[in-house]
Amino acid sequence: MIFEKTAKILADYRDMDIAEITMETKFEDIGLDSLDMVDVVMMLEEEFDVEIEIQERIKTVSDLVSLIESLKK
Amino acid sequence: MSFNIIGTGSAYPESSKTNDELSLRIATSDEWISTRTGIRSRHIITDGSLSDLAAEAAVRALKDSGTLAQDLDLIICATVRGDTLTPSLACLVQKKLAATCPAFDVNAACTGFIYALDVALGYFARNKAKRILVIAAEAMSKLVDWNDRSTCVLFGDGAGAVVLSQGDGLLSIKISASGDEDLLRIDSATGNCPFSEGSTVNPYLQMNGKEVYKFAVAAMCGDLAEVIQEAGLTQEDIDFVLPHQANLRIIETAKGKLGISAEKYRSNIEHFGNTSSASIPILLDELNRAGEFKKGQVLALTAFGGGLTTGACVIKWTNETKPKGNDQNDI
Repeated sequence: MIFEKTAKILADYRDMDIAEITMETKFEDIGLDSLDMVDVVMMLEEEFDVEIEIQERIKTVSDLVSLIESLKK
Repeated sequence: MSFNIIGTGSAYPESSKTNDELSLRIATSDEWISTRTGIRSRHIITDGSLSDLAAEAAVRALKDSGTLAQDLDLIICATVRGDTLTPSLACLVQKKLAATCPAFDVNAACTGFIYALDVALGYFARNKAKRILVIAAEAMSKLVDWNDRSTCVLFGDGAGAVVLSQGDGLLSIKISASGDEDLLRIDSATGNCPFSEGSTVNPYLQMNGKEVYKFAVAAMCGDLAEVIQEAGLTQEDIDFVLPHQANLRIIETAKGKLGISAEKYRSNIEHFGNTSSASIPILLDELNRAGEFKKGQVLALTAFGGGLTTGACVIKWTNETKPKGNDQNDI
């Protein structure tokens, strides 16, 4: 569920097909720079009602989804 | 009783440095800076003082308003750090203008101009002043760490000023603070006390850019909505939004979250970078001189910065409309 919502937010933000986004997708590969990541994180915070601290080690969709999962617990 | 803005002025150093010129000295590139910030060049003080710039902006604002320096009742200067810790920047300007009124500084970092307007409002409300000069002036090039490529490219130097008179132009204003020394700070020099046991500090600007970005977007959206409502208006009634010029991407993101149409947001960050508290009055003066404001139009100002502080206000333009295109600094 967290993956689906995250993928939808990313696809909408980049205006791309949601099917192109997988757990392995790197943010860099879909053209997101550090400030795009802040925008995306703000949308995810609203979606999941969590506070996400942006960290350098978050590089893939999978990294982000696990971080949100740990915050939701 | 609130106030009207009856004149504006600005001044900035002649020397302007492009991203390409910066990339000759530090490891950065025009592409990196411009896509992440919208900045292409910034003015930097190479010689001369901040008080000279502040006084120049003040003289222009006085002239635009038809006010004589000796008729001022108060000078308030917003700055993070003037030429000297004492005298205050406001006192240095008072001397240069040959004014005789009280003068003092306020420091609310990038929100300083809005804080200074709120202070001025108090003097008008107490009927202690008829004419107040508010200046915001910053020499950020002296405060950033030129070895930190992620922050030094963002800032520029400059000064903006307004002359205020008693009136009903200010419709609403709010300021806020939420103390936090981690996201954005500039440490003071430590001195040379022989008994000091503290360690030396890095006296330059340090910022957690990503977290400040989040804070800025939230502040802009929340504060604008609040002051517009407090003014008894709707977002559609706003003719111009003058946001603090920290980063074009912050403005773009906030735009997407508010109901004010996109063309109403004004920006000049491309040529100035972030001039801290001076950014809003410099932009205000640029638009005023270009004859953009018509009498009766409504401006919304919004700022955020170190402290952390935020501020916003809604002001009705009460001056006669200037001829369009007459944007020369004729002094």
